[in-house]
Amino acid sequence: MYRYDEYDQAIVDARVAEFRDQVARRLNNEISEEAFKPLRLMNGLYLQLHAYMLRVAIPYGTLDSRQLRMLAHIARRYDRGYGHFTTRQNIQYNWIKLEETPDLLADLASVEMHAFQTSGNCIRNISSDQFAAAAADEIADPRPYAELLRQWSTLHPEFSFLPRKFKIAVTGSATDRAAIQLHDIGLQLVHGPGGEIGLKVLVGGGMGRTPMLAHVIREFLPVADYLGYMEAILRVYNRHGRRDNIYKARIKILVNDLGPAEFAAQVEAEWAQLKPLGLDPPPSELARIAAHFAPPVLAADAPVDIDLSNPEFANWVAVNTHPHKVPGHAIVTISLKAPGEIPGDASADQMDLIADLAQAHAGDEIRVTHAQNLVLPHVRRDALFTIWQALHAAGLATANLDRASDIISCPGLDYCTLANARSIPIAQKLAVRLARQEADLGELKIKISGCINGCGHHHAGHVGILGVDRKGEENYQLLLGGSGAEDASLARILGPGFDEDGIVAAVDKVIGRYMTLRAGPDERFLDTYRRVGAEPFKEAVYG
Amino acid sequence: MPRLLTGNRLETGDVIWWTGDGWSLHLNDAVAVDDGGEALIAQFSPQERINDLALIDVDPAPGGWRPRTTRERVRAVGPSVRPDFALPSLPVDAI
Ligand code: HEM
Ligand code: SF4
Repeated sequence: MYRYDEYDQAIVDARVAEFRDQVARRLNNEISEEAFKPLRLMNGLYLQLHAYMLRVAIPYGTLDSRQLRMLAHIARRYDRGYGHFTTRQNIQYNWIKLEETPDLLADLASVEMHAFQTSGNCIRNISSDQFAAAAADEIADPRPYAELLRQWSTLHPEFSFLPRKFKIAVTGSATDRAAIQLHDIGLQLVHGPGGEIGLKVLVGGGMGRTPMLAHVIREFLPVADYLGYMEAILRVYNRHGRRDNIYKARIKILVNDLGPAEFAAQVEAEWAQLKPLGLDPPPSELARIAAHFAPPVLAADAPVDIDLSNPEFANWVAVNTHPHKVPGHAIVTISLKAPGEIPGDASADQMDLIADLAQAHAGDEIRVTHAQNLVLPHVRRDALFTIWQALHAAGLATANLDRASDIISCPGLDYCTLANARSIPIAQKLAVRLARQEADLGELKIKISGCINGCGHHHAGHVGILGVDRKGEENYQLLLGGSGAEDASLARILGPGFDEDGIVAAVDKVIGRYMTLRAGPDERFLDTYRRVGAEPFKEAVYG
Repeated sequence: MPRLLTGNRLETGDVIWWTGDGWSLHLNDAVAVDDGGEALIAQFSPQERINDLALIDVDPAPGGWRPRTTRERVRAVGPSVRPDFALPSLPVDAI
């Protein structure tokens, strides 16, 4: 785990004190709401439908048990006993009071956490692979590269007023669990010709109103030149990104307008200018950071074979665990998607339980996934049964990872001021309906957003659902064929929209048609869709 | 069509409704402000104690009001997916 050094802690503590003063002045009417609003947003505090909402940054989705217990404490003390884990690996609290926020932020700071750069036109919390440092297929842990970026960019004045928000994802594996093709910058660790590690750089991906896949602008960037190159990208964006139209301000629009080749050429030119300035830190700095992320020491002789005679447990192991780098170990995904529950919500008691399990059995680490689940990355296989029993008793042992009921959903109109329609009830109905057949369906990713901003990644769903407003009524569009993984693609709208019951029935019809069309039990819905196209599904739904 | 004045309390963010002589958490305590709404907003805005002051359209309903849009019904009652937190002015399943 990265540990704050004295600078980090001083910055965070100073920010809490500054915000405490700002809140006091706002409550005394010494400053207007107009002046105060940008200040509270800079500290992650939004005004939503029912109360203030606080977005807490979880860098790379990595937590230790002490931090997760603090998140539980905050849920209990300042909220209504729960929180919502988001697609950006953060957590949001829905019932926060402005007058209590300074105390809340001080509590967070005591465990090296904060809420800044979770809003505004800055470099947002950097996301990463939830299996970092554990995945059997990774080249190296991507988080030190992300952490170096974070240290460089946090409160950096040059990047505090970008044309628009800026989201970066870093992964160390060819299997993309961080959706790097759908970020402003996506970075993938790769091997160079001599076996050395470098970065593949993708720019200009994103979802929202104008979804686009990122373009590779450099196949191999030596690690030593890494920050300078990032600075060059941001400078080109800062210089030419549009500030006149909020809908055209993301870097994806600039990359698209210039063309990826011209954009890359401008970055190279800028980089050539920057290089002599010696911006990049010495390699020892990356090594210093990497040491913080060293995984726990795991016994190489832990037994691989375990007793799988309990069928429910065996099924959970098959569906919700992944191979670990170190034999005799596994990566456990804890589903926050029990059918009928709210996707991504966890109660304070559940958080405490998971913190206890992480401390006892998983090297004290927890990860948040962009699919709104939690992960124990370093678990001995011979502890799996104990963990499963504890999860089972707390309603957390649903075996549905990447299946039909493992639905991504944004808060939608139940909480969000920008929403057109509710997303959570659709997720609940679909999950309950599809849970019975999901083992047969195999991998199926359903993603739901309550408006065009796309916080629920609907464009990256095998099945995507988008809430729209039709003359004051909630209405839902159905999209098919998207993916946020290494085979990324953007889902397309199938046809006219539906009401709440209609969209559930339409998804059912799509799935029914898939079952008759698929080439075999191993052909995923996405593969069938890519093979046969939209027509048969259109016919099933509208015919 | 009746209109109500609503906003969010600065200190807590709570959704509140104008009752004629104060503010209430409950939609059904609200009074119709109709054409007087803009004047009330002009009166309260400079005090800077209530955020996002707005007038919303409602229909009369048994015991009080029913906001016209789903958004305002959710605002008045609470998240439709957490009936345990629902305020009593409207039944959750009528959102
Ligand atoms: C409730 C308060 C929220 C507000 C006000 C909000 C606002 C927005 C807006 C305005 C955009 C579009 C930005 C653009 O295209 O330039 C956006 C995109 C996004 N938001 Fe949110 N959002 C909220 C909650 C969430 C939640 C709960 C999640 C995670 C579940 C999330 C994750 C994202 C993601 C992944 C995108 C897409 C980024 C992209 O454009 O590539 N947001 N959000
Ligand atoms: S997609 Fe729209 S409705 Fe959903 S959280 Fe984002 S802004 Fe709100």
